[in-house]
Amino acid sequence: MSKEKSRAHEAPARKKHDSGTRFWNDPGKRALVFQTLLIGILGFLIYTVVDNTLHNLETRGITTGFDFLHEEAGFGIPLSLIDYTEADSYGRTFIVGLLNTVLVSVLGIIAATVLGFMLGVARLSDNWLVAKLSTLYIEIFRNIPLLLQIFFWYFAVLRALPSPRQSIELFGGFLNIRGFSVPKPVPEDGFGLVVAAFVIAIVASVILVRWNHKRQDATGQIFPAGWVSAGLIVGLPLLTFLVSGMPLSLDRPELRGFNFTGGMTLLPELVALWLALTIYTAAFIAETVRGGILAVPKGQLEASSALGLPKRRTLRLIVIPQAMRVIIPPLTSQYLNLTKNSSLATAIGYPDLVSVFAGTTLNQTGQAIEVISMTMAVYLTLSLLTSLFMNWYNKRMALVER
Amino acid sequence: MKYEIQPTLPPPANTVGAIGWMRKHLFHGPLSSAATVIIAVLAVYLLTPVLQWAFIDADWIGDSREACSSGGACWVFIGNRLEQFLYGFYPSEQTWRLNLAFVLLIALIAWMLIPRLPGKGWAGAITLVIYPIIAYYLLIGDAFGLEYVETHRWGGFSLTLVLAFVGIVAALPFGILLALGRRSAMPIVRSLSVTYIEIWRGVPLITVLFMASVMLPLFFPEDINFDKLLRALIGIIMFQTAYMAEVVRGGLQAIPKGQYEAADALGLSYWKKMILIILPQALKLMIPGIVNTFIALFKDTSLVVIIGLFDLLAIVQAASNDPDWIGFATEGYIFVALMFWIFCFGMSRYSQHLEKLLHTGHGNRA
Repeated sequence: MSKEKSRAHEAPARKKHDSGTRFWNDPGKRALVFQTLLIGILGFLIYTVVDNTLHNLETRGITTGFDFLHEEAGFGIPLSLIDYTEADSYGRTFIVGLLNTVLVSVLGIIAATVLGFMLGVARLSDNWLVAKLSTLYIEIFRNIPLLLQIFFWYFAVLRALPSPRQSIELFGGFLNIRGFSVPKPVPEDGFGLVVAAFVIAIVASVILVRWNHKRQDATGQIFPAGWVSAGLIVGLPLLTFLVSGMPLSLDRPELRGFNFTGGMTLLPELVALWLALTIYTAAFIAETVRGGILAVPKGQLEASSALGLPKRRTLRLIVIPQAMRVIIPPLTSQYLNLTKNSSLATAIGYPDLVSVFAGTTLNQTGQAIEVISMTMAVYLTLSLLTSLFMNWYNKRMALVER
Repeated sequence: MKYEIQPTLPPPANTVGAIGWMRKHLFHGPLSSAATVIIAVLAVYLLTPVLQWAFIDADWIGDSREACSSGGACWVFIGNRLEQFLYGFYPSEQTWRLNLAFVLLIALIAWMLIPRLPGKGWAGAITLVIYPIIAYYLLIGDAFGLEYVETHRWGGFSLTLVLAFVGIVAALPFGILLALGRRSAMPIVRSLSVTYIEIWRGVPLITVLFMASVMLPLFFPEDINFDKLLRALIGIIMFQTAYMAEVVRGGLQAIPKGQYEAADALGLSYWKKMILIILPQALKLMIPGIVNTFIALFKDTSLVVIIGLFDLLAIVQAASNDPDWIGFATEGYIFVALMFWIFCFGMSRYSQHLEKLLHTGHGNRA
């Protein structure tokens, strides 16, 4: 303390002698020196690490570079959305893994959103039993590690299923230890018409909704655009489908020997991962949704009922738009979490990016640095895109205050 | 004729008591009644076999799988392997060391949590600085006449606790530095901090663990050899530091601007300002955030199974593949789930309680 005081007294006195402040007392110069030092230390560290790494790689006989991506992979992948054979390159395993990650993430995001919204709303229900049940679900599944849930679904539930010969018939599919075999829809000639009808219906609905908005603004009359569009989107393709003579056949799975052929089989790994990701993330989404709904001020609801809006319209026009403003940013980060968590696939052998590329490809080639950086770059890009979206959304949705 | 005020009639019987409560909360409309009935029926339908399996038909006593013959849950499996699940392959005559370390930790945490006890600052300092040193020698040994226990013999729940505790304690100082860096006026320091934080927050922990286990040995001269646990810890700490930095940043931002300005006005240097004025206030606000990251880390420690460490989940997984006990994976998973759940739920309740306690309403935020 006394040191402080004496310095405070000294400072003005010293100023009389020197024309400017001392070098060390100028924050600008000090910052410059500090940052130069920091860069120096960091540069030295990076140099040492790179030097060590190059030396280590040399002694192990590993060549650096991305040439290995063109070499033949020579291993099979049980699930691939694009054509892939063992003769394809390591580069292609990267794409296959990436697509599998995207597949399980998209499936998980859709299911978790639906389940999460239902649970979030249920937690606020007037019905005591419904609210408590939802709370129970959320508190249980959020506090159990995701990996444990994946293990549970995979090893305790799906591994306990019967062999293909004793399959359980479920919704026209066959459930057994090798997965869930379901009939595969095969489009025939003329199915393009149905797709076209679907696209036309969507376009028509968009136009209808816009027209309805304009008319409501001008005249105050409301046209039930929502119901009509829903009818259009479902009805028009269905009608085309029936009229054009049902150009779709089902390839049913059949038991041949010890396994099913034909149809398509959902891998047990995919099912387990999907279930676990959905159940785990839904608990978090439910909390986000609940928070968003609670964030809508009570005055808004009271104002809405004072205007005489019915309960349903209050929900659709007042609560949901304002709640979504709060919900969407944390929701996107939950989606990102789900995508990152899908990397746990490697623990049960679902062929996702980490399992295929950072697992098998890495083990076969030994190109640790290249493989890990490529894998990390994928997730990093995803997370940067997400945060870009969030910034854009927040800017767009920020309350315009007068 | 009398004109006396009559005593108030009691409220209608169907609006008070149990019936009134049920009418209000369970049967207040056709939809609600339907939901109540469906849930009640489903609950009875589903819970009965579960309870039957878990308690009534379950086997509790015995020492081999022959004891599990009644068709229910086989808790004998858990009881038989409990020591392994808790201590891993730690020599059984030495497990008192793990117990002592655990009891010490609990005592320190209790000191910090119970509001009546004095000297919270000391408790925090001891937990963060002195306790890790004591625990290090207790667990590893090789000094003070304690037998040396190699880290590959560690496992089970004690390993889970070690990973989570070291991860959080080591990440705290680095996290504070990074958060200060992110709010620094120096452009290079700021951009380096932001880059570090965003990179580690953007990638899944699994890739970090992979990196720590395959790339880390490449980064160092050949004669330096890391054991598996240390590699995992380095990965976890690097990862956790980024999350911790964001928690600390949240705390720093919650301190009113006036505090910074007052410190500047007193002529305090940057570090004096931070250590004497800002951080003590911010750290208090950060505790719920730190507890929340701790919960996340605690759950995430289960990922170390992927690089071959035997934490609680991994050791139960391995035990359920043991031919002596095959077929009892569900019991094992339920045990692990219960252990994790108790800790995570307890901590999340505590952090919610703290958030309420700390919600004292600061005015203008920096």
